[in-house]
Amino acid sequence: MEKITFDQLQEELYYEKLDNGLDVYILPKKGFNKTYATFTTKYGSIDNHFLPPGKEEFIKVPDGIAHFLEHKLFEKEDGDVFQQFSKQGASANAFTSFTRTAYLFSSTSNVELNLETLIDFVQDPYFTEKTVEKEKGIIGQEITMYDDNPDWRLYFGLIENMFKNHPVKIDIAGTIESISHITKDMLYECYETFYHPSNMLLFIVGPVDPDQIMSQVKDNQSKKDYKEMPEIKRQFEEEPPEAAEKKKVLEMNVQTSKCLVGIKSSTPNQSGKEMLINEMSLNVLLDILFGKSSEHYSTLYNEGLIDDTFSYDYTQEQGFGFAMVGGDTNDPDRLAETLQKMLLDSREKGAISQETLDRTKKKKIGAFLRAVNSPEYIANQFTRYAFNEMDLFDVVPTLESITLEDVENAAGNLISEDRFTVCQVVPKK
Amino acid sequence: MAVISETVKPMNGYKLHVVKTEKYKTNTLVWKMKAPLEKSTVTLRSLLPHVLQSSSSSYPATGKLRAYLDELYGATLFVDLAKKGEYHVITISVEIANEKFLSDPTPLLKKAFQFLAEILTKPNVHEGAFDPDTVEKEKRTLKQRIQSVYDDKMRYSNYRLVQEMCKNEPYALHVHGEKEDVDSITPQSLYEYYQQALEQDELDLYVIGDVEEADAEAYAGELLTFEKRTPQAAPSSPVNTRESVNEVREEQDVKQGKLNIGYRTNVVYGDPEYYALQVFNGIFGGFSHSKLFLNVREKASLAYYVASRLESHKGLMMVMSGIDNNNYDQAVSIIKEQLEAMQNGDFTEQEMEQTKAVIKNQLLETVDTARGIVEVLYHNVVSGKEITLQTWMDEMDKVTKEEIAATAKKVSLDTVYFLTGKEAGK
Repeated sequence: MEKITFDQLQEELYYEKLDNGLDVYILPKKGFNKTYATFTTKYGSIDNHFLPPGKEEFIKVPDGIAHFLEHKLFEKEDGDVFQQFSKQGASANAFTSFTRTAYLFSSTSNVELNLETLIDFVQDPYFTEKTVEKEKGIIGQEITMYDDNPDWRLYFGLIENMFKNHPVKIDIAGTIESISHITKDMLYECYETFYHPSNMLLFIVGPVDPDQIMSQVKDNQSKKDYKEMPEIKRQFEEEPPEAAEKKKVLEMNVQTSKCLVGIKSSTPNQSGKEMLINEMSLNVLLDILFGKSSEHYSTLYNEGLIDDTFSYDYTQEQGFGFAMVGGDTNDPDRLAETLQKMLLDSREKGAISQETLDRTKKKKIGAFLRAVNSPEYIANQFTRYAFNEMDLFDVVPTLESITLEDVENAAGNLISEDRFTVCQVVPKK
Repeated sequence: MAVISETVKPMNGYKLHVVKTEKYKTNTLVWKMKAPLEKSTVTLRSLLPHVLQSSSSSYPATGKLRAYLDELYGATLFVDLAKKGEYHVITISVEIANEKFLSDPTPLLKKAFQFLAEILTKPNVHEGAFDPDTVEKEKRTLKQRIQSVYDDKMRYSNYRLVQEMCKNEPYALHVHGEKEDVDSITPQSLYEYYQQALEQDELDLYVIGDVEEADAEAYAGELLTFEKRTPQAAPSSPVNTRESVNEVREEQDVKQGKLNIGYRTNVVYGDPEYYALQVFNGIFGGFSHSKLFLNVREKASLAYYVASRLESHKGLMMVMSGIDNNNYDQAVSIIKEQLEAMQNGDFTEQEMEQTKAVIKNQLLETVDTARGIVEVLYHNVVSGKEITLQTWMDEMDKVTKEEIAATAKKVSLDTVYFLTGKEAGK
């Protein structure tokens, strides 16, 4: 077991790669009541075209299947795993994103027992035709719930505008139609492909003894017989650099309009240090441009174009990336136009001052300290960073090292009119 | 060892609560102002903290004020409003990095106190009125905030349930005030209300973090001084006593129906039955092992979400679920059957023990966050009781099956609200 120390943050991280390929990380947190553990596979909604182990041909699976599998893993022959966790005083949950599926629990007692339950239930699938059919009603209601949610429709509408082929544009839960084709055999095929320990990461954070936890996990894994797995082969169609659609307007049952401006990333194939610097630089850039202390924010707010729902974000994973800015507004067209102009102008020489950059870096460093108060943040973000070959604990040193040139380069690479797109939700007439 | 060690000191006009802990990398100050929930003040109170946080006498422009916070390693300033029973509570919180974890060792805690004091006591005021521009902008945003509840159907249906159920009670008021009362607020009237609130509200300051009590007391004493007051108690409001269940159906262009059911629990925080009520709610609909989750979702496949939650100070329980428009009758009858089962004691020892364990876990997890600590401790301010977290957990452990069933019998169905799509069948 390796021990990594972060002096400035006063944290210690323990790590070991087990024989079957599983990455295990433990971060002891003194003074906390809760232990939080996530068991995550690098498998999300975008992984819908792949080569199953031992097969010769690539297969395409129905939209929403990764999320469906997540739901079904909780059900076992003798009942559902939620029951078992709550008997052991824990609360359990799971989520599926574009690139990951995570199973988790938090508990303030019976930590070892709960950890055993977490690992075992994820590594022991039980799918039947009957339970698969039953789940279609439940997930159908989850999909309908999101259909009525204007913020979700706006967000996905924007992503759909950006991408022509990339499966990131597919709603994570799929549609009622697409999930109707899911069978138990398809679930097993996805499971066999993506749930091998060598494609997974276990993170435990809380008031635990790292030696004890590591030996427990090793014991558990040594009892299971995993064959060595070849590298997973995924397929993605070629994606053009420009945005697929320039604008989309959705009419919904709302009183206030919403507007988001999106920019498709031009550097979606980064990983490691390069990706970290790019991602940090773009987050700093967006803060400089649109943070509450920025001139743009004051202008937009004073003109009544935005309210306190205004937000901005940059997301990047292996294969795709995008920035988005916007929120509720009384004038969606003028907001779209103003935001696009502000973004284009930011590429000009001298648009960003050293002083603003320094102040924003300080703000980001403080925000990171606040974030690492949260065990959930640490486990989830660490996993995301690791799957992209980055290290969460490099955030502060990387932020400190970012120069004006880094930010200008990142802005120059990202901001281009042909990668802009707009999505709006407006009240139904 | 106590789960939370809180020390409380009376100061000038307010109470200082310090919770010293080394587990965070930041320090948090939370300022609370509590007054009875009333139609005549709810909108003023909703606007006030937003005006206070957008500028002050030293930072007359929002951009400057926010830039100062960025300089303080991204200190956060956050305002919020809540209904706690028939009280309206304003919260202003400041969270700041602990310099121990920064390469720059300049002390930051006192700066956070100074900043909070600036926001609270040195507003951007000229000749007895707040800055008119700021008030105008914040009025506009407030109207949008009130209106936004309509666009989020889950929030909307919950809000409508409360409105219908508590008609003629202050609790029916919207937490962000009434849209039609926003326009009449002037920079003068808001400033007058600000003075009144600082004179009359019950005030509390919480300090959470790796902080010496003596330092917190010295900073607070030096920077925050108000007149002594006797906080006003909310008048006991008339409770609707219904002869039959109030059924409300509303049609809108939605795909999913939202079913929200309100009950009177007739038990509030501090009552001897409160612990049994918590366990009751947990078994009934509080968790993913509960009767509602198992029967509405897992067995009948009717819903993705179905849960119940308590409003501890008002004595309400709310069930919420999203269902197909055509499944109303089936969902309502399953939910009714589950309550009857609880009232008949039709639940196992195991369900009870499981629920106690999960509630205990939830409480301990809540106090792992600074905000959670304040929320748990503030129950005592609202109720005028002194119940420690340990007492809470010990008393809950003692609850018996019979007590839970007896408490379930006190719970009475009041209003069934259904937001339904237009294409709904019969």
